[in-house]
Amino acid sequence: MDLTFSADEQAFADEVRTWLEANKPTEHMEPLDTQVGFEQHRGWEKQLFDAGWAVPNWPTEYGGRACSIIEWLIFEEQYYLSGAPGRVNTNGITLLGPTLFEFGTQEQKDFFFPKMASGEHIWAQGWSEPNSGSDLASLKTTAVRDGDDFIVNGQKTWCSRGAWADWIFCIVRTDPESERHKGLSYLLVPADAPGLERRPVGRLDGEPAFAELFFDDCRVSAEHLLGGEGEGWAVAMATASSERGLNLRAPGRFLAVAERLAALYRETAGDPGVDPSFAAEVADAWIKAQAYRWRTFQKAGELAAGGTMGSEASYMKVFWSELDVEMHATALRLLGERGELASEWMSGYLFALSGPIYAGTNEVQRNIIAERVLGLPRR
Amino acid sequence: MDFTFSDDQLLFRDAVRDLFAKECPPEAVRSAWESADGRVAGLWAKLAEMGVVGLTAPESAGGMGMNELDLVLLLEEAGRVALPEPLVAHTAVGLATLADVAPDHPLLASGAAGETVLAVGIPPSGITKMVLGAEAADGIIVRSGSELHLLEVESPNEAASFELSAATSMDESRRMSSISWTPSADTLLTDDPAMVDRAFARGALATSAMCVGLAQQLLDMTVEYVKEREQFGKPVGVNQAVKHHCSNMGLAIEFARPLVYQAAWALSTDADGAVRDVSGAKVLASDAADLAARLSLQCHGAIGYTVEYDLQLWLKRAWALSAEWGSASLHRQSVARSLAAS
Repeated sequence: MDLTFSADEQAFADEVRTWLEANKPTEHMEPLDTQVGFEQHRGWEKQLFDAGWAVPNWPTEYGGRACSIIEWLIFEEQYYLSGAPGRVNTNGITLLGPTLFEFGTQEQKDFFFPKMASGEHIWAQGWSEPNSGSDLASLKTTAVRDGDDFIVNGQKTWCSRGAWADWIFCIVRTDPESERHKGLSYLLVPADAPGLERRPVGRLDGEPAFAELFFDDCRVSAEHLLGGEGEGWAVAMATASSERGLNLRAPGRFLAVAERLAALYRETAGDPGVDPSFAAEVADAWIKAQAYRWRTFQKAGELAAGGTMGSEASYMKVFWSELDVEMHATALRLLGERGELASEWMSGYLFALSGPIYAGTNEVQRNIIAERVLGLPRR
Repeated sequence: MDFTFSDDQLLFRDAVRDLFAKECPPEAVRSAWESADGRVAGLWAKLAEMGVVGLTAPESAGGMGMNELDLVLLLEEAGRVALPEPLVAHTAVGLATLADVAPDHPLLASGAAGETVLAVGIPPSGITKMVLGAEAADGIIVRSGSELHLLEVESPNEAASFELSAATSMDESRRMSSISWTPSADTLLTDDPAMVDRAFARGALATSAMCVGLAQQLLDMTVEYVKEREQFGKPVGVNQAVKHHCSNMGLAIEFARPLVYQAAWALSTDADGAVRDVSGAKVLASDAADLAARLSLQCHGAIGYTVEYDLQLWLKRAWALSAEWGSASLHRQSVARSLAAS
């Protein structure tokens, strides 16, 4: 065990930090879930891509640096500590990306990866339907084969970034007679496909970050099927595992919030009206952010030794999502009567509140932990 | 960055686990409750033979010359079996502290060999008033402010005398005593505040590892029980409320454990912030033990509330160790002070 960064790892961290200091945008950017902000953030993705930082853990042929998992974790730490902008294409890079590596054809990889990495294609997830949230396998949107195409009919909803994304990765029912997990397929849909209409929906923070998607005889090429026809559930579970595990939420973003919380605590400690008992809440949040960091480095060691993530990803997802809420809620309490005002803490809190809901609610995650990690009976 | 234990460390852990499986089953812990010294007859000698007792003493004193990181996995195993032996006081704190501040003291070599036993009572601040296992100890390390003192049973020195008065713990393997003593130049071991902090951190870290092991055992027993126990014609473990109790125990352990290992590494390498890291580890480890104690009892229902059933052996140890060497609340305050100052 050696919990210091090696000389090479330290050099990598320095390189990331130096580049970010010199290049991160200094002018104000609109929130990435506004139409203007979306395009500004697309520009930042391109800048990252041109410098080789958009997807550092990907192979070099797709614009990455083939860096190790430890280096990727270092990159994430440096990225969030630097205060650089949010990543508008996480749905593509961290959710669809790993799934495409696992299930994509060579043609699909060669076509999609470079455009995903450069921000030319920004992706949204089209999974949930009005009557299919946690119970994803009950989804009803159909895709019927018609020659070289699929004809898609149905409705998707609560699609993050769906209002302006260029592509949407959907799960659809390709066998209309099928039920539950069978007969589903994973289909990549261009947002400009004829017969697809999008309606932005205001999220809790007021930004039109969600979209409803209406498919009315929408024609999509069968070339865009990811994995085999009828194998959509297995492909989707690979994405879900990425979503819950290391890929989507590296510790970097929570460590950065924990440091900001500690700084806020230093600023406000001693203010009249600030309850000294907040000290325990701040310490607790800070300690848990460290715990998430060390669990991740521990997991990286397990993966390097041939271990797998599997259902343990649910431990990660519950922990980071509840930690994120706790840190932001603590900050808002520290701010006292200023807490309700628009601020980075408030927007962060509103975003954090979605964490225990998306990627499978934490109630579902706790069932998964009990049944698949601990071995309790399903029924 | 390498967050893995060495093969040697894992093999040592496996050997100790095997020994505990044979020599420290629940019946042995129960018998310790009835015994004169609260311990398992013969077990300490076997641990000494394996090198566990003297693990932290230097090789020149007959020990293994190993550190906190080598010990942490063994303490976790000790927690799993609710080991009623003074591994925290004697090995994790006592010998390690003597090695630092009094390397020539005869109790170091005799203690490494398992011939003498050290008791340690180091409160988070102030003066020592309670000590575990003092009645049967050959030497007692105690605290007075920023000083550590060593009280020797065999000391001819009148000034170094002390008085013990037995107190009853709910965990009857834990022989607690209140102690009255007076610090003097004759008993002084060190007046280096950093050494006092380090000794306290060693105890908190070792107890954190025990807490993680205890919590894991409480969870494992609960999972087995709710899979078997049937009500309304089904195992009680099919109920979502029970599942979530179990998942919450698992979550607490899953994230306490790496923090304990990291703190062990930090203390063993004298890394910056090591004492704060230990406090963080004790916060999550104490919380995990407390939560596991509360939820495992709830999931067991009435049978868990009986003394005939073994769950109580782990419950009572968890309550004691959660609070010993600084509660979660105390260590949270330490971390908060450190954050405020940084």
